[in-house]
Amino acid sequence: MKLNYLIKKVTNAIITLFFVLIINYFLFRVMPGDPLAMMLRDPKASPESAEKLKQLFGLGEPWYIQFGLYIKQLSQGDLGMSFLFKQPVVEIIAIKIVPTLLLVGVATIVSLIGGIFLGILAAKNRGKKIDVLSLSFSLLSYSMPTFWIGVLLVAFLSVHLTLFPTSGMTTSGMVFASSIDATVDVARHLFLPALSLSLVLLGQYVLIMRNSLMDELTEDYVQTAKAKGFSEKYIIRKHAIPNAMLPMVTVISINLGFMIAGAIEIETVFSWPGIGRLMYEALLNRDYPLLQGIFLIISTCVILANLIADVLYGYLDPRING
Amino acid sequence: MVDPNVLQPKPEIKIMGKKDVHLRKYQQIIAIFKSNKIGMFGVSIFVFFGLVALIGPLIFPYDPLQIGSGDEVLQSPDSTHWLGTDDLGRDVFAALISGSRVSLGIGLLATFITMVIGTLIGISSGYIGGKVDTILMRFTEIFLVLPWLPLMLVLAALLGSSIWNIILVIGFTSWSSTARIVRAQTLSVKERQFIERAKAIGANDFYIMYKHVLPNVFPLIFANTILVSAVAILSETSLSFLGMGDASHPSWGMMLHYAFTSGAASVGAYWFLLPPGLCVVGVVLGFTFLGYAFEELFNPKLRRS
Repeated sequence: MKLNYLIKKVTNAIITLFFVLIINYFLFRVMPGDPLAMMLRDPKASPESAEKLKQLFGLGEPWYIQFGLYIKQLSQGDLGMSFLFKQPVVEIIAIKIVPTLLLVGVATIVSLIGGIFLGILAAKNRGKKIDVLSLSFSLLSYSMPTFWIGVLLVAFLSVHLTLFPTSGMTTSGMVFASSIDATVDVARHLFLPALSLSLVLLGQYVLIMRNSLMDELTEDYVQTAKAKGFSEKYIIRKHAIPNAMLPMVTVISINLGFMIAGAIEIETVFSWPGIGRLMYEALLNRDYPLLQGIFLIISTCVILANLIADVLYGYLDPRING
Repeated sequence: MVDPNVLQPKPEIKIMGKKDVHLRKYQQIIAIFKSNKIGMFGVSIFVFFGLVALIGPLIFPYDPLQIGSGDEVLQSPDSTHWLGTDDLGRDVFAALISGSRVSLGIGLLATFITMVIGTLIGISSGYIGGKVDTILMRFTEIFLVLPWLPLMLVLAALLGSSIWNIILVIGFTSWSSTARIVRAQTLSVKERQFIERAKAIGANDFYIMYKHVLPNVFPLIFANTILVSAVAILSETSLSFLGMGDASHPSWGMMLHYAFTSGAASVGAYWFLLPPGLCVVGVVLGFTFLGYAFEELFNPKLRRS
């Protein structure tokens, strides 16, 4: 991997991050529903608190000083106070991030393993029933709104068959005898949201793994290996699959936006106490500081993950040099 | 299977008149489409929902503000209400028909904005090259990386939920992949000889971009438009479901929002939950099929032999 490839990717990430900061700063002040103006107009606000607000945000100062102040507060980990919860935004997000990581993590692992497995199966049996079936499934899961899958699963499996709890992460008000009971309870609550999110992601991974493996199978080195007398099975497993996995690294990073969208929708449907559900609540209550904080955190995570994927890809595939 | 004669570009086309060439092209397109089942399926769905959205609301009038009486709430389907009633006693079938106009309308208008921005950025970036290309592509990459749903939600929350704001939000956040595709195609068109010739006889850059590059990139843009509108309709559904929709013009996503918030899932009101979602799936599937069929049509490399 060449150094200038790395430098290019890092600068790109920094520029993107800067752009997010600008969106976060200017949009939330310029837009019609400017939250700061709303706070100042609040008739219940005392003159002192208005004065304090003005000082806090540097109102009346030129915009670059205000922007500088914003960056300074950010660097100190200060994302403001939530209107809704009357708590620092950072603290609220810190609590909610664990359930989201649990949900997204489980769904990613399940869908990746399933996707790679099904993708290989489909590519091996190109044009046969299993291939057509997995392609149809991919298309269908692509065209379904994510939240709708969740709502249908709730209606059928939770309400109709009462197999799983409908919402939340734990049974409220329950006291657990042991940590095993508590884990089982969380797992029961996790099952449906994780299943819905996995189904959506699975379709994508199957498709990409299939196409990537099929591309590899047309390469010259596969022909060479065949000519050497290796068995078809051996060639696929030892030669083609490792190379076909390469694009999966980038796909995961491209899929991040998709995954986050899915998490917001699924968490909303299942009242899963994570960042996505928090964003929904912030939206409904027009809690701008919270919304701003969530957007910043989500975007930063995505930008970093993309950077990691790019660097990893450059490391894994020596042909890439930017 | 595709007739191989249809696929082969016929050498005599070159000496035919312009009109004949066009006629030949259309015949070719129709022939390929007819042999492409997926494409035909896409066309039928497209036509079906197009007709429903255009004519449907005239036959089944729907007023979202007209609320039914208490005993009409969440009724299961019968002869007066073909798909039952919703949480406020409104007819689900009529809402579905009227929702088709909103969902498709938002999807198509947002796609139009997406296409204009994507094409402008893509062609300028590819044709002008150099620093302009670098800057525009950096900008495009930013939009490619940013998580789209949170970005749309933040914008929609700040702008306020009206139909036009939703169209703007979706249009202004979804153009990045189009810009990349158009740029790539522009780069290849740019190298062709007729561009060189146009330059030699003194055509300026804007003229070349408009008169020579655009028409050659257009088929690809067209296929991409259909694919993008499927995504736009999905985006609108998600935004509306999360409460950012326009309550005075309920789309399919908005109906699902009402179904969800009123607890239709917990009372088993499938007639309220299923139809809007099925419509979204149908439209998105149809548009995707159609888009792929067009892509295959305009990009012979993709055609299966």
